[in-house]
Formats: sequence, C-alpha cells, structure tokens
Amino acid sequence: MVALLRGFYPYAIAILIAFVMYKVMPVGAEKIDLGILQINSFFTKVTGAIGIAIIMAVSLNIVNGYTGQFSLGHAGFMAIGAYTSAWITHYGSIHFFGNANAMEGLFTKGSALFVASLLAAGLVSALFGYLVGLPSLRLRGDYLAIVTLGFGEILRALLNQTQPVLDEFDIEEATRGEIFTGLGGALGFSGVPKYSNLFWVWSVAIITVIICYRLKQSIHGKAFLSIRENEIAAEAMGVPTTHYKVAAFAIAAFFAGVGGALFAHTLGNIVSPNEMNYQRSIDFVIMVVLGGMGSISGSVIAAVALTILPESLREFSEYRMIVYAILLIVFMIVRPDGIFGIREFWEVKWIRRLFRRTPKETHAP
Amino acid sequence: MSAAVRRITVAAAMVAGLAVATMAAHAADDTIKIGHYASKTGPEATFGQSSDKGVKMAIDEANNAGGVLGKKLELITYDTQGKSAEASNAVTRLINNDHVVALLGEVASSLSLAGGEIAQANGIPMITHASTNPKVTQGRDMVFRVCFIDPFQGYAVAKFATDNLKAKKIAILYDQGQAYSVGLRKDFSKAVKQLGGTITTEQSYTGGDQDFSAQLTTIREGQPDAIFIPGYYTDVGNIALQVRKLGITVPLLGTDGWDSAKLKEIAGDALKDCYYSNHYTPEDPRPELQAFIKKFKELHNGETPDAMAVLAYDGANVLLDAMKRANTTEPKALAKAIGETKGFKGVTGTITLDENRNAKKPAVILQMKDGEWRYAASIAPPADEK
Repeated sequence: MVALLRGFYPYAIAILIAFVMYKVMPVGAEKIDLGILQINSFFTKVTGAIGIAIIMAVSLNIVNGYTGQFSLGHAGFMAIGAYTSAWITHYGSIHFFGNANAMEGLFTKGSALFVASLLAAGLVSALFGYLVGLPSLRLRGDYLAIVTLGFGEILRALLNQTQPVLDEFDIEEATRGEIFTGLGGALGFSGVPKYSNLFWVWSVAIITVIICYRLKQSIHGKAFLSIRENEIAAEAMGVPTTHYKVAAFAIAAFFAGVGGALFAHTLGNIVSPNEMNYQRSIDFVIMVVLGGMGSISGSVIAAVALTILPESLREFSEYRMIVYAILLIVFMIVRPDGIFGIREFWEVKWIRRLFRRTPKETHAP
Repeated sequence: MSAAVRRITVAAAMVAGLAVATMAAHAADDTIKIGHYASKTGPEATFGQSSDKGVKMAIDEANNAGGVLGKKLELITYDTQGKSAEASNAVTRLINNDHVVALLGEVASSLSLAGGEIAQANGIPMITHASTNPKVTQGRDMVFRVCFIDPFQGYAVAKFATDNLKAKKIAILYDQGQAYSVGLRKDFSKAVKQLGGTITTEQSYTGGDQDFSAQLTTIREGQPDAIFIPGYYTDVGNIALQVRKLGITVPLLGTDGWDSAKLKEIAGDALKDCYYSNHYTPEDPRPELQAFIKKFKELHNGETPDAMAVLAYDGANVLLDAMKRANTTEPKALAKAIGETKGFKGVTGTITLDENRNAKKPAVILQMKDGEWRYAASIAPPADEK
C-alpha cells in the first residue's frame, strides 16, 4: 500500500487543475462567452455532477471491473457517506459556529470541518464495505448481487425511519438520541451547509482516478484481475482471494462514501433515502459496463457521457429517457465489451492508429 | 478517411455550431420567459402532466389577451422524472440558460425543496402550486405557494371524520417512504386526539408494495370506524381493493395525494363512500371555476381537470397578476408583489398569502357516490391557526 502513495506530483497537479477549474468556471450570474459555447453556472453544475459520477464509476470499477464481483449496492455506500458527512457538517456547524450556514471562501474553518467530514464519510463507508464484502467470500455472481441489493434496500428502509433534521433552535431541548437520529426521514436531509464546489469535487475525482489507476497497475491490481479471470486458479497460485475480495469492497466503498459526501454538500441536492435506491446503483453499473469492465479511462469517459447525455436531451422532454435507453441498447449491441474493454484508451489499437497516422495538415483552417 | 473529407467535416461542424449559437443569441428580450419544472414522467407522472396543462392554459390565455407588460410570454417546461437531482438541474438550467424571470412547480414537496434551494440562491421567485409540506417555504423569501399546508389538511380530515362521520376510533396506514405521508400521519393523529378521538393503530407500507394484508389484518383487529390513508393514488388504489377483500367495510379517508382519475380506474367500487380532502371540487358552482372547467374540457377531449391542473392554473395566474402589479420582471420587486397577493380571485378560491408565503384557503371533502366524487363538506381553517 505504501507503493500507492509514492509519487507526490500527480496529486499536486490534480489539486492544481481542480483549483484552476474552481477559479475559471462561472458561478451565479457570471458567464464566459466563447462565441460557439456559452459557459454559465449551469455548465458549472453539470461539471460538478460529472466529477461525482467519475468518482462513483471509477470506484465501482474496482469491485465490478477488476475483481469481477457483481455489486448493486454502490448507491448504498454513497448514501452512507452522504448521511455521515451531512450529519457531521450540519450538527458540527451548529455546535462550533452557532448555525448551519455555509461560510464564504475556499479555506475557512467550515471547509476544515467539511474536509474532516469527507474523510469520516469515506471511513464509515469503508467499514460498511468491509461488512458487505464478507458475504462475498461465499457468494458469487447473481447471489452476491442480491446481497448487495438487499444491503441498499435495508439501508433505505432504515433511513426512512429517522427523525426530522433539527436546526439550531430545536437542538437546545433535544435529547442525544434525537440528535443522533435526526437525519430527516423520508423528506431527506435538508439544511446541509453547501460546501461542495469544483475545487473539492475535482480534487477528489482526479485523485480517485490516479489511485485507482495505480492500483490497477500494481501487484494488488494483478491480484484483483486474477480473481476476476479465474478464482480457483488465483487461489492455487497463492493469491489470498478472501483478503482481496474484501479489500476491493472496502476501497470502493471508501471512494463511494466520499463521492456521496460531495453530492450531499452540492447546492440543490437533497439527500433522501428514496433517491439513493438501486436504480442509482444501476446507473453506476451502466457506466462501468459501458466504459469497459476494468478500464479506468473507459469509466471516466462513460461517466462524462452519461451525465451530459440526459442533460443535452432535455429538449425532448418526456421522450428523452426513451432516446437515452435506445442509445444505450444500440451501443451495447455495437460494442458488447464496452468502449475499451479492459484496456485504457491509449492502449486501444484503433485509437493508437488514429494518433499515429494523423497528418499535420488536418488542423482545419 | 482522407484528409480533405476530414477537413470539410470539421468546417461543417463549426458552421453548424456557429449557426446554433447565433440563433440562441437572437431569441431574447422580446418575450418574458417563465420556467416550469414538473414530473411529466416517473411514478407521479399524472401530477406533472396535469400541472403542465394548467400552466399552459394560463399562459396561452394571457398571450391571447395581448401578453403582460406589453410583451408575449414564453413558457419553458422541463421534466424532473420525480427525482430531486433532476429537479435541481432543471431549475439551474431554466435560470442560467433560459434566463427565466420566475419559476413554477413542483407538486412533490421533496422536489420543491430541491428546486427552491436553487431559486433562493439565484434570487429568482418561485411559486409552487401543490407542495403542501411546511418546510418548502420556511426560511426562503423567494419561494411561495398557492395551496394550503399539511398541518391544516390533517386537521381538516380529522375534523370531518370526528364531526361529520362521528368516527371516534380511527386507524392509520401511511407510506413510510414519502415525507408527505409521514408528515400527514403526525398532523392527523394530533388533530384527532385534540378533537376527542383515538387512533387504534398506525401501520406503514412502502410505496410500490403490492401486498398489504399483514397491516390490514392488524387494522381490522382494532375495529376502527374509519381508516386514514395519506398516500399517493397508485398505492391507495391497491390498498382499497385489499381492504374490501378482507371484509372491512368502514370508510377510507385520504388527502390530496388521492387526486387522480387513475385512482377510480384502479379501485372502482372499493371506494364507495370513501372521502378525501382536496383543493377544489368540479361541482363548485362559482362562475370563474365553471368557465375554467368548460374551457379545459374543450381543450382536452372532455377530461375533467384534477386539482393539480387547477392549482397550476392559479399559480401561474398569481404570478402574472404580481407581474402586472409590480410593473416589472425584476426578481426582487416581483417577489415582493407575489408576497402581497391579497384576495386574488383564483379558480380554486380566493387566494391571500400570509407572512410565511403560504396561502390560507378552505379544504373541500369529496365523497365517492354512484361512481363519482361528489362534494361532501367544506372545512375552513381554524381561526387560531397561524
């Protein structure tokens, strides 16, 4: 695992890119006029959604792609992260700062609390990932899918039973139990201070991609892939399959938790149990399958495409989800292995050929 | 692909892009744009579709009468699929890409909460026509509503049950996955206890369940005089059928989530002598309402408008009325004018907004008689209620 943390530079570049995005992309009424393209804060919002989708798809790729286990509980891990961090920032802000309003600026005391909540979200989620990973020792394929599906649904039912969110006035006479279970029930956790912005989202997104890519290339990545290709053979070669299957779940859950935390703190998002259902898990599975099982760049591209596509089809109003579904079906018929299969996009033959043979004069006038 | 073909393709794409961009730049300023977000697809699709019809009618009527402030109105509607992340994207897009001056929508409270957050952050006024959860307008001075709120609705049904039906023992069956249902269950049981009745049992289900026999058997053991089911129409239909199958004959009571023509299609005779509270009844003889219904039927093949359509029509008209009074579409002034709405003659009744930006209106109770929903009673807001 030390090997994973080696090489500081990519992370620094990731944070720098995210910072530039945060500074450049417009918020509120600002906009950038590029002639062909009008970039405004709707664009910024979609960019943020893309970042979160990348975190979710790339992390799910570790379980579904590398290790070949079929998980349908990714939205459940996202929900755990979202609720953990929302609880920490909401009640933490009231406790430390007196109210639950977000502070202005990028580096404030509030942001420190927010970053702490991101880490806590990841850790709590990883713990649940570990617990859900345990049955994967005995179960395979469809059976494991049903266990993970059940996990998501149990979580949803539990979250529906929680108490209303307390504000700074209610909290005075509330008992500890009420504060602990004050997660909003079916209405969702509203009133979370909205700290997410492109800086945090894209820092995490790019770092997630780097870590997952390095993981794939490492000796541990080879172990994951060996389990996917043939579990018995892997075991025979001395790969501790038990250890790696549980690790895959825990690592994926960690990033999903952080992704959920970023989602919860985005303006206009209400974390409610009913929106963290299996359909959302399936959305992420679609991204992984479409991009190619085991391909990081494939997951990234699929996450970008599948977030933009429904937005760009918005003009078709109620018919757009039909168009979306048809596009998916056509795509899976044309390329059943996903966009890149297990390869990264620079390893794919036809793309290499495209780059090599591109003559210089094609830079159009 | 040869280099020449590639070059031509790129050039063509750029020209097309430019054409689209210039078109977008030109279509501005000669109209007043109003945004509407509604769940036109998803589990509560009839809510969004009805709202859409109501809003469109109001906007068309205003345009036929020459527009507002000397300009034509342009309505832009986006689908939310009944999901909050979709709702917030739709609202962000309406505000930033389409530059709407005001927003209309949603029906479901959780979606109005998401949309309201964006509207408030951008300082664009929003009127929800049918979100009854109190939280929707709390602490948001840009968000208004033209319907009553849940605590009153719970009170109205409780009052009707205890006074008119003389029901003293009431059972509750609610949807634990819907904030609307959970909230109403609390408000209703509080009101029943205040009015001297008792709750025999509170059972829950989850939207989309198909089998309710366990809950209904428990309810039957308590021998209630009535069963209160504050759910949405699809589940309520299935519940009603199973209630009668188990031999329970007491009336079922509901709220405005029942308001869809689909309910009658699903449950049919099982709903005989059941009651629900609503925002309006088509039987109300007031001329403005009857004129609206007549026109709505002409436009939509004889379909009777449901409450969502009527409320949406009222919501849009309250907005247009405020625009005329403010004499501007500047968001702050517009919001102020909406807040000052007083005695507005809407088709659902006279609308006055209180200091919490909620409308204070009576509720009507409808009864299923001879296969039709008939007017049964009208419950006024209690005088001491804030």
